[in-house]
Amino acid sequence: MTEIPVGSVGEVAPQRAGFLEPLILKAGKTLASYELVYETYGTLNAARSNAVLVCHALSGNHHVAGWHADSPRKLGWWDNMVGPGKAIDTDRFFVIGLNNLGGCHGSTGPATIDRSTGQPYGASFPLVTVEDWVASQARLMDRLGIERLAVAMGGSLGGMQALQWTLDYPDRIAHAIVVAAAPKLSTQNIAFNDVARQAIVSDPDFHGGNFYAMKTFPARGLKLARMLGHITYLSEDLLGEKFGRDIKGADYGFHYEVEFEIESYLRYQGDKFAQVFDANTYLIMTKALDYFDPARETGGDFAKAVSAAKAGFLVASFTSDWRFPPERSREIVKALVKGGKNVTYAEIDAPHGHDAFLLDDVHYHRVIASYMDNVAAEVGAGARTRPLVVGGTELEEMKGYAAGGKAK
Amino acid sequence: MTPRFEFELIASWIPQGARVLDLGCGDGELLAGLMATRGVKGYGVEIDPDRVLAAVGHGVNVIQMDLESGLSTFEDDAFDFVILSQTLQAMRRSDLILKEMMRVGREGIVTFPNFGYWRHRLAILRGRMPVSEALPYQWFDTPNIHLCTVKDFEELCIQVGVEILDERVLHEGGIVETLPNLLGSLGVFRFRRKKG
Repeated sequence: MTEIPVGSVGEVAPQRAGFLEPLILKAGKTLASYELVYETYGTLNAARSNAVLVCHALSGNHHVAGWHADSPRKLGWWDNMVGPGKAIDTDRFFVIGLNNLGGCHGSTGPATIDRSTGQPYGASFPLVTVEDWVASQARLMDRLGIERLAVAMGGSLGGMQALQWTLDYPDRIAHAIVVAAAPKLSTQNIAFNDVARQAIVSDPDFHGGNFYAMKTFPARGLKLARMLGHITYLSEDLLGEKFGRDIKGADYGFHYEVEFEIESYLRYQGDKFAQVFDANTYLIMTKALDYFDPARETGGDFAKAVSAAKAGFLVASFTSDWRFPPERSREIVKALVKGGKNVTYAEIDAPHGHDAFLLDDVHYHRVIASYMDNVAAEVGAGARTRPLVVGGTELEEMKGYAAGGKAK
Repeated sequence: MTPRFEFELIASWIPQGARVLDLGCGDGELLAGLMATRGVKGYGVEIDPDRVLAAVGHGVNVIQMDLESGLSTFEDDAFDFVILSQTLQAMRRSDLILKEMMRVGREGIVTFPNFGYWRHRLAILRGRMPVSEALPYQWFDTPNIHLCTVKDFEELCIQVGVEILDERVLHEGGIVETLPNLLGSLGVFRFRRKKG
């Protein structure tokens, strides 16, 4: 048996929930039935008041924390955030992670067999939006007996879902933690997404999205899409610091093979991703990002769009994030303040870029932990019983931490 | 930390349930105190990450933001009171923040260390920059770049067009009635936009 490290939820197993009640989608189509795969950590208290929903971003899934028996080394994507003693403290909170509709990690998506045809959905899988996801998440909460969430949270596209929760179910959510998000994508963001999509759809192995039957998949297109995305998720400084202009050989080779270290790194990341992710899911997720715009319903007035919210908000951004920069988070904050909502905003000084929301940063984790302590008091989830654990390391041991900066 | 007497003076001006904006809110203690005792609703603004964290710990709405770039996050007339406690002297443009306070709030409250306090004057007479309880820094590491006296601040109020409603100078937990600009170490002003 594997020893459980400090702060880890340990071994976990995914669960499934089937839904037979049709889900009417924003696009006008209907999913007659669907399945959601999810994981939970911690214990739902008797009052059912301590539930925290973690929403995933573009490439995430239900596996938020801990490990599966068949792959003990592959930790959940937000394992540094969720666990006993961590910022999202599973000693006190009941945490739910799920794979969104259209995903490729077990929930109904384009690779699922469509019962009406006996074939994978492929290109016929409907486009789903952030609103659709939130509606399906609410049904999962019904199934789990959770009338009201203590918190919905997420980074990037996940943060948009947390925000959407407060608009669509204002009475079913007490707090939203919205990290590295935006009220809507910028022109440049949509442009990046479309280049990624074009890389996929123009791959000869894409076959209009119905590549499953051809026993192939558009690995080259998906790889390119990921390479492009990856560049935008990191800061220029970080890339420069990590790879600089380092080359493999002693001197220029005057060829088109991998030569600069950054090329090697990006291709490796792209290949790795293309092996495990579904190209149709990538298309769906990027479109969900593009379509997210709550203010579209209110004539472009975002403050009016969020006026229905009753939740408290923690909004956080990262100084080096140029894909969803702090200015975009400030737009969210401004709209919430205009509506007199309870909102706290932290602008985290981190060098990594957009992906900082996934990384260990002591200050960032402390802010979330502190906010969660207030939530715990409010919902009757009790007080913290052990020191804050950040990234598997106890805070007490991180004496090198300098105020306002990142851990050494 | 906000001294007890300063807090009580400020709290005495603020009616129950007022909308309050606390600029340079530090660890949020003042705002948390006003929430507890006056039931105010509001926000703190702070730039220092550790103080933001401490303010979250005090359970206040805190917005991490640089006051020097103005208060564009806040709408006109959004607040009943805008408080600037012991922050004015650390700002690059102390005049502009007063104007912004009057844009977003009905009334303003400003507190600042009085450079005219006799011990400060004495230090200058002796040829040295003052270091005191109110101004605990050395000249080379102080965040206080715009020190002023009570009289200077009165003058600034006239210049930027605000009407002083209350003016107190405190020292060691009491109000200084005699020669306040000489004997008091902390200026506390309440003001509003000049009508017309």
